[in-house]
Amino acid sequence: MMRETFVAATTALLDEDPRTALVLADISADVFAPALRKHPDRALNVGIREQLMVGVGGGLAMTGMRPYLHSYAPFLVDRAYEQIKLDLGHQDTGAVLVSIGGSYDSAASGYTHHSPGDVALLDTLEGWTVLVPGHHDEVPAMLREAARHDDRVYIRLGLQENTRAYPDGGKLRVLKRGGPLVVAVGPMLDPVLAATADLDVTVAYTNTPRPLDTEGMRLLAEGEVIVVEPYLAGTSARLVSEALSGLPHRALHLGVGRAEIRDYGTWEDHARAHGLDAAGLRRSLRAFLGGGA
Amino acid sequence: MTVSTLRRLTGDEKHAPSAHSTLDVIRVLYERVLRITPETADEPDRDRFLLSKGHGPAAYYAVLADRGFIPEDWLDRMGQWNSPLGTHPDRVLIPGVEAGTGSLGHGLGLAVGVALGLRAQGYLQTRTFVLLGDAELDEGSNHEAIAYAAALPLPLTAIVIDNRSATHGWPGGIPARFPGWTVSLVDGHDHDEIERGLLVRTGKPHLIVAAVEPKWS
Repeated sequence: MMRETFVAATTALLDEDPRTALVLADISADVFAPALRKHPDRALNVGIREQLMVGVGGGLAMTGMRPYLHSYAPFLVDRAYEQIKLDLGHQDTGAVLVSIGGSYDSAASGYTHHSPGDVALLDTLEGWTVLVPGHHDEVPAMLREAARHDDRVYIRLGLQENTRAYPDGGKLRVLKRGGPLVVAVGPMLDPVLAATADLDVTVAYTNTPRPLDTEGMRLLAEGEVIVVEPYLAGTSARLVSEALSGLPHRALHLGVGRAEIRDYGTWEDHARAHGLDAAGLRRSLRAFLGGGA
Repeated sequence: MTVSTLRRLTGDEKHAPSAHSTLDVIRVLYERVLRITPETADEPDRDRFLLSKGHGPAAYYAVLADRGFIPEDWLDRMGQWNSPLGTHPDRVLIPGVEAGTGSLGHGLGLAVGVALGLRAQGYLQTRTFVLLGDAELDEGSNHEAIAYAAALPLPLTAIVIDNRSATHGWPGGIPARFPGWTVSLVDGHDHDEIERGLLVRTGKPHLIVAAVEPKWS
């Protein structure tokens, strides 16, 4: 659903704002076909050329346009990392990168099509806003807000969704009050809520891990904090450590493991294998918090 | 005078052959072709020049100084701490520089985007030029841009300085790597030949191969 919402919202942006450009590298060209036909000067499909897609995006931005780039995360971020670093960051330009297929969404395609490290890669660079919607209804506002400026924005769309949307998820939004703080990023919210249904914890949601709401985290964390992210485990560890600097605390970072799982199936299979389903999260939380939780 | 200005630059001897090989093309661009001055360097309809071959930008800096984009005394401190001039150019630090380059294989893709952005905004008379090295063509990203520009077709001009430094050479010649492009072959030191090549406008992407002495001669 997130992909369909992205296509509809971006097509509308192309219609409404002549500054908007779309650059594809074949992926989703079929669903963007009407937009490609209607705006041939600024809705572009460069072919299976992801490095070029980012280079073209950088060039468009140099002329004052607002490019939206889109592909699977491993091709958009991993493969074109140097173009992202240089053709956007070093040129001091911006773009809106919109991925699908992060982590293990393309489970059946195997590891060539996985990207658990996309957010970690962008964390090596300056000035990226990272948005991880937990529900498709959170997507249009993210795309429209990104059209209003020229900064660097990464929107990570996924197959996994929560049952309801939280459009105000930019800061940490508390959904359950109790003991130790559990932060759920994007689609991790529902499994976190299921895993903690009978645990005395505070659960806070965010769909904006970058910039991380460090002020909120400092206010909410009381000695113990668990971060559950849908990408590489520990991606936010540095920021959490900085946010809680000077405060005695224990931290647990849950997410996708570094070890390649050489198997296929569905995203649900891989979530289970990485301990990111409700049962796996519950095991990890109880082990970390002990019997008192 | 650019040549005397160039002699002022020190600190990047490793890339001196690269810098000197580009000097005449860049001079002709700025002295005869590009519609850009320090006063119009931020105008949206200015012509664009991207030095993809960011290695050895000494000639580029010398021309920018001669044309008044940057103070000449900047040249004395290239590559030093607190100098805006690195051994690769940075568009954020240097007036008149359109693209920060150094890692090879980025300029042509950026130039395609620039040309598309200009066209989309109605700047149909504005021209986009990008300068590459023959060895730089090894980078696969160039071939993505070459094919895409030809398919559109997109009227931008790429100049390849051929000092025969590509690791495995270019059997069949460099133009064979640019299918769908129109081509000029020029002496990379002959200003009139270079100018004639740069003035070509065909409605297609245009390649100028500017031959200079071999890098390793």
